[in-house]
Amino acid sequence: MKEVVIRKNSGPLKAFCIASSALFLILFMATPLAYILYVALRQGVKAYWTSISDPYAVKAAVLTLETTIWAIVVNSIFGIVSAWCVTKYAFHGKKLISALIDLPVAVSPIIAGLVFILTFGRQSWLYPYLEKAGIQIVFATPGVVLATIFVTFPFISRELIPVLSAQGTDEEEAAALMGAKTWTIFRNVTLPHIKWALLYGVILCAARAMGEFGAVSVLSGHLRGKTNTLPLYVELLYQGYDFTGAFAASSILVICAVLILILRVWLEKKGGKDLDLRK
Amino acid sequence: MNGFWKNWKALGLVGSIFVSGLLGGCAKQGDGSIEIVNVSYDPTRELYEAYNPLFEKFYKEKTGQDVVVTQSHGGSGKQALEVANGLPADVVTLALEGDVDVVAKAGLIDPGYVDEFEGKSSPYTSAIVFLVRAGNPKKIRDWNDLTRQDVAVVTPNPKTSGGAMWNYLAAWRYFEKQGASEEEVKASIKTLYKNVVALDSGARGATTSFVENGQGDVLIAWENEAFLSLREYPGKYEIVIPSVSILCQPTVAVVDAVARKHGTEEVAKEYLQNLYSPEAQRLIVENFYRPADPETYALFVNENPGDAITVIPEDGKWINDKVERVDIEHFGGWEAARKKHFVDGGVFDSIYER
Amino acid sequence: MKRFRNRSVIPGFGLSFGLTISILSLIVVIPLCSLVLFSAQLTVKEFWDAVTAPRILASYAVSLKTAFIAAAINAVMGLILAWTIVRYDFPGKRLIDGAIELPFALPTAVAGISLTYMTTNKGLVGSFFHRYFDVDIAYTSLGIVVALIFIGIPFVVRTVQPVLEKIDIQYEEAAFLLGANRWKIFTTVILPELIPALLSGFSLAFARGLGEYGSVVFISGNIPYKTEIAPLMIMAQLQEYDYASATSIALVMLFFAFVILSVNAYVQARTARRVNANA
Repeated sequence: MKEVVIRKNSGPLKAFCIASSALFLILFMATPLAYILYVALRQGVKAYWTSISDPYAVKAAVLTLETTIWAIVVNSIFGIVSAWCVTKYAFHGKKLISALIDLPVAVSPIIAGLVFILTFGRQSWLYPYLEKAGIQIVFATPGVVLATIFVTFPFISRELIPVLSAQGTDEEEAAALMGAKTWTIFRNVTLPHIKWALLYGVILCAARAMGEFGAVSVLSGHLRGKTNTLPLYVELLYQGYDFTGAFAASSILVICAVLILILRVWLEKKGGKDLDLRK
Repeated sequence: MNGFWKNWKALGLVGSIFVSGLLGGCAKQGDGSIEIVNVSYDPTRELYEAYNPLFEKFYKEKTGQDVVVTQSHGGSGKQALEVANGLPADVVTLALEGDVDVVAKAGLIDPGYVDEFEGKSSPYTSAIVFLVRAGNPKKIRDWNDLTRQDVAVVTPNPKTSGGAMWNYLAAWRYFEKQGASEEEVKASIKTLYKNVVALDSGARGATTSFVENGQGDVLIAWENEAFLSLREYPGKYEIVIPSVSILCQPTVAVVDAVARKHGTEEVAKEYLQNLYSPEAQRLIVENFYRPADPETYALFVNENPGDAITVIPEDGKWINDKVERVDIEHFGGWEAARKKHFVDGGVFDSIYER
Repeated sequence: MKRFRNRSVIPGFGLSFGLTISILSLIVVIPLCSLVLFSAQLTVKEFWDAVTAPRILASYAVSLKTAFIAAAINAVMGLILAWTIVRYDFPGKRLIDGAIELPFALPTAVAGISLTYMTTNKGLVGSFFHRYFDVDIAYTSLGIVVALIFIGIPFVVRTVQPVLEKIDIQYEEAAFLLGANRWKIFTTVILPELIPALLSGFSLAFARGLGEYGSVVFISGNIPYKTEIAPLMIMAQLQEYDYASATSIALVMLFFAFVILSVNAYVQARTARRVNANA
């Protein structure tokens, strides 16, 4: 209980920290949120409901969901194998791989969209082949999915790498020496360690994937009802002076975000013990 | 090492994930209706929202065939570029001929598209006007008022917005008409843009800065945008018609290469041709665009227009025919205008040089 | 050390390495290479002219300056927020903790629109600053900083928080028993442990801020030489149908991002070595 003694008896400092944190969050998070809800509801609940049950809004929400799921699936697979690869083996070029994994966070979303257009668009040398095969990537759902995967790329592996590297390789080595197969080692030895970190990464990835605007906007072509994700739909309505509709649609995203965050807090409570193992 | 084979299995897994994703994206409509995609610019949203059902009904009656029109809206130049990059548009309806040119240059539109439809393929035209706050507190009447020191202007950035180029050129023409030399015109334009408090990336962003966020004393806007604001916020704004404006000719075209591939050439052409029908022309005028058809145009001309419009006329006659609308040809066409004014190192850049 | 990798008894290197490399190539490496290919269409002089036009140079300066200031503010605020969340118990703590990821989930355009509305000299927050401090926020570079603070805060909090959580209380206790005051404990015991994480969060927020587009265009006013950001110049070049120049500017920005990440990686590696050497 000594811990309590030195950590808790800091009255003025505690007050200062809490007050400034609260002020910061009110200024930067609460006021914009309040504004969104205010505009969404300023023409009444009925107008709000009409806006969010509009068929185009529903289609946009479905596409967003679909894209988010794709991003989660691909990034989970990648996150697990890359984290495993980077932490369980020693090889040359490891630093380069780590750097490349992190790079998408630092790349402007505009550039992220642009690179896929350059790679799969009409002036790319790949385009004639894709066209012959009848595959449309840019300005279609696959482009939107690719862009979303790109911007959320490191989110899961970044959560897993510290956990796995802290855990070390002893347990896996022991299992391997006893003759266990790769999959068995992974499932019985590694997975229990990374379970919570993985879930946390998935949540981050989902949150970011839902809200992605810049990269998707460059790649989607804005085909209404087809390649418009929810954030793009918001922009479309906003550009059409339909502020109620725009903010009603964003409120869906806000609600999803809040749900996700609640889920995260719940997970942290449940998995708190395992997360502590990071030590 | 068996790791090698596992490696290939893994590649196969990733490959199949992507392929299934692609197939998901390429799903075709199976109910026998034709689908065409109309790629347009931002301010035409309301217009095409009204026109598409009209056309779908018209075509069903004429041929018995169902058509579904999918819209795409965005900044005109960006939209043009996306079509040139493979956005599968059957028709484009963009803010200016220069943007349609980009699609044509990519080899997607057959040459001579400008004369494919009447009036240089512009079924509707527009003008540039001022939107000021109710009562016109700063007494803004014409372009020269915008160079006054006490006036704050809101207009989009010509570098990122097609519409904003029209604004700039209209101002240029006004100062030119005052008999000034090119250097003096440049100086006046420079003073005008010094007064700009927000140079938004698109027309609607600028309107929001002016209307929702209360920035500036005057918004240089498309005529239809200004009227929409008047309708949306009655009593809060006035439209001021300057002595000189510009003939904004949004251009439409069938994207031949795409339509041929989709087998939608005929319906795409019909779609654009039908914009000239009396019903469509009426829709156009109701959405505050100036119709190409002279008869419809004449019906909506206000006989004794004032310089300022505070309410939308009840009889719907909102067109001010007195304003001089200079043609883009005056600037030598889009290619020349762009080269002189808007490319890197052009006149617009020099305005902001310190 | 001459071999590609050191032998490890854990199986599955081929599988995980192969998957990591193939997904990494598909999503990150190949698209980014096409960026390089495209700007290679220009001669060196053309490239140089495209990326050093006065207006472009001014936009780099605006982007670097605002992103740096925002990241610095985020480093301080992020530390305070993480500290508050980890060290204190108070009602509403979960709320603060949960709100941190909100900027991820909110579409940047929506964030930009609402922040602009709040901070114009007629808005709720903006009018206060306008009246009492004679400072305008929206449509100035201060507005850009505000948007970037919003975008970057989760990066700092979420990198500092786990490190703070696992700092061993023993050192603090030892220092306390040795008679160090609280400030001294913080600067000599806690801060050195936090600096790598803080720097890491700072670099991520900095790099992310450099590339941010969606929220900034609404709040900045986009006045050339004053509040035009570099990603906007990429969009402007695209509007001019000038892919080569757009990709050149994108490449320069990518270079900035890469430098930031490399400096970070270098410092992290150095501190890790020092810690390991101590151990």
